[in-house]
Amino acid sequence: MSIHSPPIDVQRGTRASRVALWISLAVLLGAASLPWWAPEESAPAWMREFVEIACYFIFAMMWNLLAGYGGMVSIGQQAYFGLGGYAMLMLGNLAGVNPFVAIPIAAIAAAAVAVPVSWVAFRLQGGYFAIGTWVIAEVFRLSFANMPIVGGGSGTSLTALRGIERSTRENLTYGLAVACTVAAIGLVYLFLRSKRGLALLAIRDNEMAAESQGVAVLRMKLAVYVVAAFGAGLAGALYFVGNLRISPNAAFNVNWTAFAIFMVVIGGIGRIEGPIVGALIFWALNKFFSDYGTWYLLGLGLLAIVVTINFKQGLWGWVQERWGLSLFPTRRHLHIKE
Amino acid sequence: MLVQGILLGGLYSLFALGLSLMFGVMRLTNTAQGDFIVLGGFAAIAGVATFGLQPALSALLLLPIAFGAGYAMQRFVLNGTLGKDPLPSLVVTFGLSIVIQNGLLETFSADPRSLDTGGLNIQSVSIGGLSLGVLPLLIFAIAVLCTAGLQALFARTALGRAFRAVSDDREIAELMGLKAGHIYALATAIAFVLIAIAGVLQAMRTTVSPSDGPLLLLFAFEAVIIGGMGSFWGTFVGAMVLGLTQQIGFRVDPGWGLWAGHLMFLALLVVRPQGLFPKTRG
Repeated sequence: MSIHSPPIDVQRGTRASRVALWISLAVLLGAASLPWWAPEESAPAWMREFVEIACYFIFAMMWNLLAGYGGMVSIGQQAYFGLGGYAMLMLGNLAGVNPFVAIPIAAIAAAAVAVPVSWVAFRLQGGYFAIGTWVIAEVFRLSFANMPIVGGGSGTSLTALRGIERSTRENLTYGLAVACTVAAIGLVYLFLRSKRGLALLAIRDNEMAAESQGVAVLRMKLAVYVVAAFGAGLAGALYFVGNLRISPNAAFNVNWTAFAIFMVVIGGIGRIEGPIVGALIFWALNKFFSDYGTWYLLGLGLLAIVVTINFKQGLWGWVQERWGLSLFPTRRHLHIKE
Repeated sequence: MLVQGILLGGLYSLFALGLSLMFGVMRLTNTAQGDFIVLGGFAAIAGVATFGLQPALSALLLLPIAFGAGYAMQRFVLNGTLGKDPLPSLVVTFGLSIVIQNGLLETFSADPRSLDTGGLNIQSVSIGGLSLGVLPLLIFAIAVLCTAGLQALFARTALGRAFRAVSDDREIAELMGLKAGHIYALATAIAFVLIAIAGVLQAMRTTVSPSDGPLLLLFAFEAVIIGGMGSFWGTFVGAMVLGLTQQIGFRVDPGWGLWAGHLMFLALLVVRPQGLFPKTRG
């Protein structure tokens, strides 16, 4: 007598995910070639808009990784956004590095700073971690506000780009923004599909059970925290290359994290599609309602509250529940062939 | 200057008590704490400006309103966000913070305002050769009273026992006949009264403006952590330490006062993460 086990295989892709891959490639191709096909007069404005929304999106993607997968809800990710911006600016203005080259270096610098910062931040858990990270971001803001070499509280301009022609600068910034967006999605997607990603999901579902199965919880959390800081620094450096002017209040503004929370919560936390959907909604709302100023922000706050209470899974979570659609599948499905 | 720091700490402890109470009873981090304080200040000012009330009467009337608002807020909004995952409550209170800030901005404009104290804020008394403001002394006395009252409420009354019971184990407490939803709502109601007191006193001592909230939240939070979670006297002392550090920092260089406070907090977090006077662990 032998135990007969049915042949099984583990499915990781779906038809929707394969279609989505092709669609994303098509969109990417369209986006990357924008400078060639867009009408001459509107291309610069479109590109600027894309760069801005790309920064918001990358930042939100990283917040999603940190909070949705790592379970670390932070209100202080603007620390790394600002740090990325300032590191890029200082490399460019003071050290003479080409600002475009400085972008990835600045992101690495933000990640490097995140390691010692985590020793302090990880002393707190849950809600107190959230506010503790905010205090840390404030410390960075006040520190840069007291540094005369970068203009103190009123900030300074990115003078290192002066010699470069405007259209070249804009095209390059745009190209980098497209590349960074793809890289951010790819990085998070591959990270989550890897063995480490599986460990991360295990931690999210039950930290103690994961630990008892041999997952190094603390090391994993640190890895996520550092990767998220890298991404936030990347977004910050990119944003201020596009913006050309930096000030502590703009760079370390808590609104960066507020908007990221909004996008992720509306789109659906803990899923890659979430920030994508959220960023699109945010972009649309921003385009049509941002003229209303305070009322617009008030509405965003209310929307976030209502969605959190009534649609805990966000918009994409609802879609996924209803149609089982997953464009960037990170789960493993056991399929039994019989 | 040291006395000034301690008196400033008195105000900070009032900022912090509500936060400490809500976290202690239901593990809820109210990220809108500072904005509710500012809202309390503006509500008292509006009572004076709109209804022509005496400032003291306006402030007193505010307390029952705050109690009711806190109860309703917890019962109908925040109770739905509680659970093992801290995310929903954080997002909701953070959303509230944005709503309050922008609502106040729309109603009162960005100008800082203060509550008329009838000259109380410039009077001073001389104690042992030191000239101290009457208002800061009054604030300090109120802070001591509130801390003592809250501690006594927790230690001696049936309600305090109920707070501790739902905090320790909600399910068992419910089996014993406590209605956790109601108890939580009462905790938030009391926290909101404390918040209203803090807001009124802040508006009397200096000014309030719609964007002040986050900074007040950070002060309150630092006081709670420095003091150690779960002990109201700890929070009180934590607020003193924070007030003193800021005063010394401001004296050394006005640009670095807040920075010194934050840094002291972070340093203490590394050296003594359980706070100065930890009562409960976990």
